[in-house]
Amino acid sequence: MSKTKKNLIKTLTSLAFFTVVLICKILIQSADKYVWAVAFCAVYLLAGHDVLYKAGRNIIRGKVFDENFLMTIASLGAFMLGEYLEACAVMIFYQIGEVFQGYAVGKSRKSISALMDIRPDIARVIRNGKEEEVDPEEVSVGEVITVRAGDRIPLDGVVTEGTCSLNTSALTGESKPQSVSVGEQVISGCLCIDGKLTVEVQKEFYDSTVSKILDMVENASSKKARVESFISVFAKYYTPIVVFSALILAIVPSLITWQWQVWAVRALTFLVVSCPCALVISVPLGFFGGIGGAGGKGILIKGASYVEQISKANVFVFDKTGTLTKGEFSVVDVYPKENREDILRCAYICEKNSNHPIARSIVKECDFTDVGAYSIEEIAGKGIVARANGKVILCGNITLLKDFGIESSVELQTQENWQTRVYTAINGKYLGYIALADTVREEAEEVVLELKKQGCKIYMLTGDGISSAKRVARELHVDEYSYGLLPQDKMTKLESILKAKGKKDVVCFVGDGINDAPVLTRADVGISMGGIGSDSAIEASDAVLMHDSLKGILSAKKITKKTMRIVRQNIFFALAVKFSALALSALGISGMWYAVFADVGVSVLAILNSMRTLKKDNKKGARAF
Amino acid sequence: MKKVIKLENLDCANCGMLLERTVAKIDGVSSATVNFMAQKLIIEYDEASETVFENIKKSAKRILPDVKLLGI
Repeated sequence: MSKTKKNLIKTLTSLAFFTVVLICKILIQSADKYVWAVAFCAVYLLAGHDVLYKAGRNIIRGKVFDENFLMTIASLGAFMLGEYLEACAVMIFYQIGEVFQGYAVGKSRKSISALMDIRPDIARVIRNGKEEEVDPEEVSVGEVITVRAGDRIPLDGVVTEGTCSLNTSALTGESKPQSVSVGEQVISGCLCIDGKLTVEVQKEFYDSTVSKILDMVENASSKKARVESFISVFAKYYTPIVVFSALILAIVPSLITWQWQVWAVRALTFLVVSCPCALVISVPLGFFGGIGGAGGKGILIKGASYVEQISKANVFVFDKTGTLTKGEFSVVDVYPKENREDILRCAYICEKNSNHPIARSIVKECDFTDVGAYSIEEIAGKGIVARANGKVILCGNITLLKDFGIESSVELQTQENWQTRVYTAINGKYLGYIALADTVREEAEEVVLELKKQGCKIYMLTGDGISSAKRVARELHVDEYSYGLLPQDKMTKLESILKAKGKKDVVCFVGDGINDAPVLTRADVGISMGGIGSDSAIEASDAVLMHDSLKGILSAKKITKKTMRIVRQNIFFALAVKFSALALSALGISGMWYAVFADVGVSVLAILNSMRTLKKDNKKGARAF
Repeated sequence: MKKVIKLENLDCANCGMLLERTVAKIDGVSSATVNFMAQKLIIEYDEASETVFENIKKSAKRILPDVKLLGI
C-alpha cells in the first residue's frame, strides 16, 4: 500500500505546484517566456519522472506501444511545440488516473477477499494431552482439534464432544445460526458463535471444504467470457492503429496545408487517448465484482464465462429428486382421519428406533413421549411387529397385514403410485394407513414460475415413474418432463435438448451433483445445489448454490445479468468516449486538455461503475452480512 | 499440469494481458491466463519441459521488469 500512498503524495504535490505556476503565469504576464518553460519543466519532471524512466527503459527493450512510452511522447512533443501547460496537464492527469485506478482495484480486491473471508488462521490441535495452536495445514486426519467461540472451524470433521451454534453465512449465505452436537459433521469455514467443540479431523486442509471453495473462486476457470476475449483482441490492435493514425495525421494534412504545428499537436492528442486502459481494467473488474458479490450470497460461480452463460441461460433442465423436491419422504396423509392419533401412535411405537428413511419421516411427524416398552420384531421387507402385555401392533406394507390375516378388512382403495403407504393394525384390527411422499420444495413453484416469466423453458428429468413425475410436473407447471430415466438416459435426454436448442439458447442443468456429475459437466452451464461437502458436485459444476434453496438460481440470474449489463455499459461508454475524443481532436475541436480528461475520466467512471457489481442489494432478500 | 503463480506489482490490466499473451507463446505452455484482480498467472504446462519456468521468468522480466513471479 505504501507505493500507492507515495504515488498519491507525489501526484498531489505536483498538482499543487502546477496550480501555483499556472496562477503566477496568469498574474504576472510580463515575465520572460523561458522562465515559464523552466517552471513548467520542473513541475513536469516532478509529476512524470517515473513515467519517463519507465519509457526510457522500455525503448531499450524495444517495446514502443507501452502506455508510459505513449504518454512520454505526447507530453514531450507538446513541450517541444511550446505547449508547456498541456504537457504538464497531460502528465499530472495521467498520474491522477493511475493513483485512482490503483486505489479502486486495491479496494475491490479487498472487499472481495472480505466477502470470501473464510480462510481459518489457526487450528487448536490436541497433541500429547495439550492444546497447541498450529497452522491448519499441519493437522492430519484423525487428530483432534478444539473449536472455541469466535473461532472459524479450520478443518472438516465430526463432533466428538460439546455443542455449539455455527454461523455458516460465509459459506451458504444463510444467516440463521445452525446448532451442532456430538456425532454431527462440521465443515471448515463456519464460524463458531458460542459453545465449545471437540472435533475429530476427517480431511486434510487441502481437501477441506474451505480450500476447495477458495481455490474455485480464486483460480476460476481459464475460460474467458466472450466480451473478455473481444477486449483482448481489441486492446491488441487499438493502440498500434491509433499510433499509426497519429503519424498519418501529423504528416498528410501538413503536407497539404503546411501547418505543421497545428497537426502535430492534434496527432499528439491522439497518443494521449491511445491506451485502452479503461476498457482493459473495467471488464475483469466488473466480472470479478460480480463473482465476489455472488459469492457473498452463497453462490459460487467458476469464472467470467459462466457469469455470461448464466445471464443468458434460457433453457433450464432440472433434476427432480433432491432438486425440485426435497429428496426425503414426509407424511402427506393419514387415513382415515378420525384414527389419526391411534395410527400415528402405533407407527411410532414400531418405528421409533428404526433408521429406515420412511420410519424417520414418520417419527418426525409425531410428538409422543411415553408410549411404554414393547418388544420389537422386524420382518425384513414387510414391516415391524411390536408386542407388549398381549397387545400386538403391526406396522408395515400390505403383505405384513396379509401374513397376519387382516387383509380382508383393508379397504381396497386405488393406490396412487407416487405414494408410499404404511399400514397399521392393532390386535388383529386394521386401523388405517400413513401415506408418504417426496414433497416438492416450498420455493420450487415460485422459482419455476419466475423463470418462465423471464422467458425460460423448463424441463424436468427424473428416474422415477410416470405418476410421481406427472404429479410434480403439474404442481410446478414444468413445460416438459421425462420419467423413468437411468443416469445414462439423463445424458441422452440432455444431448437431445442440446441438439434441439437454438443458436442463442443456453442450456442450464440444475441438479444435486451427487449422481448427475456427467450431466452437469455436459450442459452449457451446470449448477449444483446444496453441494457443500460434496467434492464431486463442486468439481463437476460451473456454479454451486451453497445454500440449499432453489431461490439461489434467481439470485444468480439477477447478479449475472446486472454484471453483464455493467460490463456492456463500460465497453460501450469507453469506446464512445475514446472515439469521440479521437474525432474531436482530429478536427481540432478539443485540445490535449480535453483528451487527457476524457482518457482519465472514462477509466475512473468505468471503474466506479464496475464497483457497483460488488454492492449488495439492500432490498428484500438481501442476506445479513 | 496446472500451476498457479502469484504475481506481485502487476499494476496495470493491459500489462496483465501482455504477460498472458507472451507466456502463452512459450514452448511447453499450453495455456496461460492472467487473473488481474487476483494477481495470479495460471498456466497449463508440459511437465516434460524442464526449462519452462526459466523461460517464463525470463520473458516476464523482459516485458514487465517490475513484476515478480512468486512460487516458481
